[in-house]
Amino acid sequence: MQAPKQPLSLVRRWVLFAAAVAIIASCEAPIPDNFHIKAVNERKPTPDFNLKDATGANVKLSDYKGKVVLLNFWATWCGPCKVEIPWFMEFERTYKDRNFAVLGVSMDEDGWDAVKPYVEEKKMNYRVVLGNDQVSQLFGSVDSLPTTIVIDREGRIASMHVGLVAKATYQKEIEKLLEAPKDAPKTGAVRDPGSEFALLRAH
Amino acid sequence: MPKPEPVAAKAGTTVEVKLPMQLREGYHMNTNMPPDPYLIPLRLTWDSGAISAEIVYPKPELHKVEFSAAPLPVFSGKFELVTRFKVPASVQPGLVNIPGKLRYQACNDRMCLPPKTVELTLPVSVSR
Repeated sequence: MQAPKQPLSLVRRWVLFAAAVAIIASCEAPIPDNFHIKAVNERKPTPDFNLKDATGANVKLSDYKGKVVLLNFWATWCGPCKVEIPWFMEFERTYKDRNFAVLGVSMDEDGWDAVKPYVEEKKMNYRVVLGNDQVSQLFGSVDSLPTTIVIDREGRIASMHVGLVAKATYQKEIEKLLEAPKDAPKTGAVRDPGSEFALLRAH
Repeated sequence: MPKPEPVAAKAGTTVEVKLPMQLREGYHMNTNMPPDPYLIPLRLTWDSGAISAEIVYPKPELHKVEFSAAPLPVFSGKFELVTRFKVPASVQPGLVNIPGKLRYQACNDRMCLPPKTVELTLPVSVSR
């Protein structure tokens, strides 16, 4: 944020002071993202967190390992997030039987007082937890909302989108990850030239 | 935030103070009365004690957004917030520092930034 000095100004017969507030957004307008899945060997492990849902139950991201997860950072005051919520509800319905889950992380400062009525009003059918700054930092300081991370079955970040992107983008990414063969256990290196060695080590 | 020079005000009169705002191109912020209760309103408040403060917000522009069927009233670009400080005749001459807060939340068409509160101080030099 910058606040350049402004000159004094006169309005009518009073001497007036003009303070300047230059509210300058901290990031550039986003470029709409397209379908983009990282190659397996470029994917980084998703940091784990433990947050509470509306019932007070602990939700660990690592509990979702084995599933493709759409992790969505959002807030009730975020208009673009509102556009995506019906899509995510549809994804939850369509893909839940194929080891897929949507997990919403609300970044509302007012906590469940703000989030619960919204979740009920929108009839959100997927799990929502309350985020915090620590969790935001784990993902490189989630500042702009929505920020959505698509996670593969092995718990690795396959894609990350900051801002609203097309519904089809998510759909294609989810389907691609659901169709992907499962990794050999503990290798994480099936595409590497030395994968046989990795397999031997893993066993 | 720049340190403002004192506003000259005579006891028993009303002084207008303009707060110029500038938003980066492509961004907008909600008005002081957004139509959706979940949206965070722009709010300027002054803790001015005996000096009453009336805030005058500008006329919003209508902005078409994907998440609302009706255009959304917003502020964008350059605009001004005007405060009318009514200084009672009983206020003693001298310098009064009036603390204020500006709360806002900005978005562009694809993303939103978190709400922010900026602390302000307006020095007012009261004379007879």
